[in-house]
Amino acid sequence: MAKLTIDDLKKIKEKVHKEMSLRDGDRRVRITVHMGTCGIASGAKEVMDSLLEEIEAAKVNDVVVTTSGCMGLCSREPLVTVEVINQEPIKYEYVNPNKMRQIFKRHVLAGEVQTPFVLAKGSEVIK
Amino acid sequence: MLTLADHILDITENSVRAGAKLIEISIEEDTARDRLVIEIRDDGHGMNKEVIQKVLDPFFTTKTVRRVGLGLPLLKDAAERSQGDFFLESQQNSGTTVRASFGLRHLDRQPLGAIISTVIILIISNSQVDFFYKHRHNDRRFELDTREIRKEIDDVPINHPEIIKYIRAAMEEGLREIESEA
Repeated sequence: MAKLTIDDLKKIKEKVHKEMSLRDGDRRVRITVHMGTCGIASGAKEVMDSLLEEIEAAKVNDVVVTTSGCMGLCSREPLVTVEVINQEPIKYEYVNPNKMRQIFKRHVLAGEVQTPFVLAKGSEVIK
Repeated sequence: MLTLADHILDITENSVRAGAKLIEISIEEDTARDRLVIEIRDDGHGMNKEVIQKVLDPFFTTKTVRRVGLGLPLLKDAAERSQGDFFLESQQNSGTTVRASFGLRHLDRQPLGAIISTVIILIISNSQVDFFYKHRHNDRRFELDTREIRKEIDDVPINHPEIIKYIRAAMEEGLREIESEA
């Protein structure tokens, strides 16, 4: 493989610019992988990896991925929150790469909440 | 925590919460001295003396959602298990440095693990922060600086899938070339 250089970045930039003008999707879904010490220790990184792979494979550009710290429910980690715009956030518990793929395909893409994995509905209130 | 990459991901969250603008992650593998040194340096708001003394206590945390704080104690333990050392230096309003050393070939040293995923997750989830990743294996070096990438991509966000793909490929190539043994 040829060595990657700064010039490759320039090419990528031009390509992205072209695509941006073609389809500028608004943000429809935000997915948060909880990554405190507890989340990382129970496999949140592997969950994140599988999520990023799914997003790349599905070629969607209206999904934002982010991380957050521990929210105090360490025993139920890894936790993932899916927020579809104008809907209540859904928190999934004990997520692993396989469940993550299912949540992405069924909930994020098809709109079906995966009830068996759900911990709670709504936002957390931190006192 | 099963791998050193997990610790790095975890400890770096402290830097982000401290409002760091630039976080330097350095990994040095020295075969002759049988040493592996990981250093995370940030320019965040730092800690005062009282806090520094308490951070290695597993029952101290600055968060309110739970009563334990295990990130730094777990890293210190991982270092000491492989005959390594742990070092922490912090100055208020200028930043914090965390350094852990390990016996490179020690049986109880955790493997480095998925360091590429770690760096990518850090960049994706903290796109306002710059990361400078340095990895040395004896006399071979690899560096990745998001400040340099940002200069080239203008208004394209650094967490754009195409840019992330580039970063992943660049790191895979770089780490293969330095033949990391960690």
